[in-house]
Amino acid sequence: MSGDASIRTMAVVGTSGTLRVRALHAVRGDQAILCGLDLDVAAGELCAVMGVSGAGKTTVLRVVAALQPFSAGTVEVGGVALAPGAVPPESQLRALRRRVGVVFQSHALFEHLTALENVILAPVHALGRSRADATDAAMQLLESLGVAARAQAYPRQLSGGEAQRVAIARALAPDPQLLLMDEPTSALDPARRAALGDALRALALQGRGLLIVTHDAEFARAYADRVVVLSHGTIAEQGPAREVLTHPTHDATRELLT
Amino acid sequence: MEIATFIAQELGREPQFVQVAWASIEQSLARGDFTIGMSGLEDRPALHERFAVSLPYYEFREVLAVRAADSARVHSLADLRGRRVATLSATMAWEMLLAAKAAHGVVPVSYDDDVHPYSDLVSGRVDAVLLDHVLAERSLRRIGGFVIQPAPLARGHYVAVLAAGNEALRDSVNTTLRARMRDGSLERVFRSWKVWDADQAQFQQRMLRDSSSAGDTTISATATSASATQRAPGGPTTVTESSSMRTYLPALLRAAGITLALSILAMTLAIVVGIGVAAGRVYGARPVRVLLTLYVEVIRGTPVLLQLFVLYYGLSDVVRLPAFAAAVIGLGLNYAAYESEIYRAALQAIPALQLEAARTLGLSEFQILRLVRGPQALRLALAPMTNDFVALLKDSSLVSVITVVELTKQTAIYATNVGSWAIPGALCALVYLAMSLPLSHMARRLEQRWTLS
Repeated sequence: MSGDASIRTMAVVGTSGTLRVRALHAVRGDQAILCGLDLDVAAGELCAVMGVSGAGKTTVLRVVAALQPFSAGTVEVGGVALAPGAVPPESQLRALRRRVGVVFQSHALFEHLTALENVILAPVHALGRSRADATDAAMQLLESLGVAARAQAYPRQLSGGEAQRVAIARALAPDPQLLLMDEPTSALDPARRAALGDALRALALQGRGLLIVTHDAEFARAYADRVVVLSHGTIAEQGPAREVLTHPTHDATRELLT
Repeated sequence: MEIATFIAQELGREPQFVQVAWASIEQSLARGDFTIGMSGLEDRPALHERFAVSLPYYEFREVLAVRAADSARVHSLADLRGRRVATLSATMAWEMLLAAKAAHGVVPVSYDDDVHPYSDLVSGRVDAVLLDHVLAERSLRRIGGFVIQPAPLARGHYVAVLAAGNEALRDSVNTTLRARMRDGSLERVFRSWKVWDADQAQFQQRMLRDSSSAGDTTISATATSASATQRAPGGPTTVTESSSMRTYLPALLRAAGITLALSILAMTLAIVVGIGVAAGRVYGARPVRVLLTLYVEVIRGTPVLLQLFVLYYGLSDVVRLPAFAAAVIGLGLNYAAYESEIYRAALQAIPALQLEAARTLGLSEFQILRLVRGPQALRLALAPMTNDFVALLKDSSLVSVITVVELTKQTAIYATNVGSWAIPGALCALVYLAMSLPLSHMARRLEQRWTLS
């Protein structure tokens, strides 16, 4: 499915690709941010996008999340394609929204709702599930992430790690195929990083595709299946995480490891 | 004014005219804004308790004006059960209407000027007007369209008032008035104003006869004036005030109820319209935004008093709103402009990331507004909204200009009748505070709960 020989075939052979990006171009003003990027995330794969600041990592995430327009190329998630040009109105993005979950770096939990209310918001209002069903499912999610005890807390009462788990639960509530995360380890101590890594591995085992943007080479080496190193809006190097991050061949990768 | 000039000439002084609101002539005199107050000032016992009062220079008749269709049926206040009867507030006619309200169930409507009672009679907003014949006949000449019932319901007299203790000057005023009655110049003045009639001739004869025989200064027809002149200022006044407090307290509380109801309804309207305007200005297409911006700027750039006048009187040919409804709509639409600015600022203060997060969850734009942006903005808007509601509570006093008797108006009536603002003013302030303080307190509590949670 990919023409790039350096991509290691994933463990979950036979599952169709979750994310498929081809020849992606994006600009900010007259500055090119992404220049012909190809990127795939298979179901059950945890892919880490790395690169120095300004390499275009966050832009990839925002384009796939349909929060930012792109100028050329194709973006496809589980058979739903985004067209270049302005971001379409929400009414035309329903299918994509169901397939893509996003966890923001600052979590962006809704301050006026409890943890539980944050999690059931999309199932109840976007998907029309009953409040009781949504609550049961949400409690299971919070339970699996270890924050069920904090269900009635408001975001400002949560620690950084708890807030992140609630944000993950909120993003998973509509049961997306692809989960996007921006800098998930930025505010975590080592013990919590390990716990997060395990949680993400468990999600990949469920067959979801995960695309995380990170600076954290150690975390990527330990938990990602594959690493994509961006430099100046294009791929500098990619391959199995352990391999790429242990024997870097590109300057951009070496820069990340120093 | 001519009469005042006579008096001044006689006293060898240059008259200086000081314009004050008719209803506050007495209060202004009491605080020394001028020496002699006159202009259709009605003689009544209370006046003699507080001021040096001249002899009456004109006799008026309280007459009932009705629409032609009612002229055969309505001859007295007893014929007006359940009907709206207009007059000027703080007048003898107003007291008569209050008595008729108790006795016959008429609905008194108070005005601050003598033109609109008659125009509202013609347009059907009120069913009768009780005022003196001078005002009634003048309005009949000006606008017409109604009938003045010939039989007077009461008689009264116009007097000039001077500060208590200024009796010497009062006596020279009386001398002047008598002289001008005798030489017919007062009659000429009244004739030039078309208010002279046979009644006045009889009245002047009576005045001149009585004064030559009795030499008394107060020969007013009012029965109680004699006792009033005997009263020392001080003790009896206090009795009057405390007894009038018992009379007025229920009226004051009723007026407070009107103020509160008016404010709550107007604020509800302001919130609903304000939310709509704010949402339109944040989400709407360009023509919608331009239109709504125009609305906000026009409302904020013009006095609410003007808006109330236009709504109640200006549009009365198109839509004839009842006074209370006009008050609610006027204040509500005015405050909606201010509320919309608060909501717009609050909506724009919600971080873009919150909205993006909501979008990635698959919520529609309207759901985002309803479930995420709106509720968070509301928390930001709460404090300024509370301020506005307290301001509205006080601004509601403006609607007395369109005949709604609310707390401040009722207090003014009370103050005019007891001749002092001290007790009515303090009572009124207490009632306003009793309404606004709990509100501020509640808002503060709610705000605290939201920021702590």
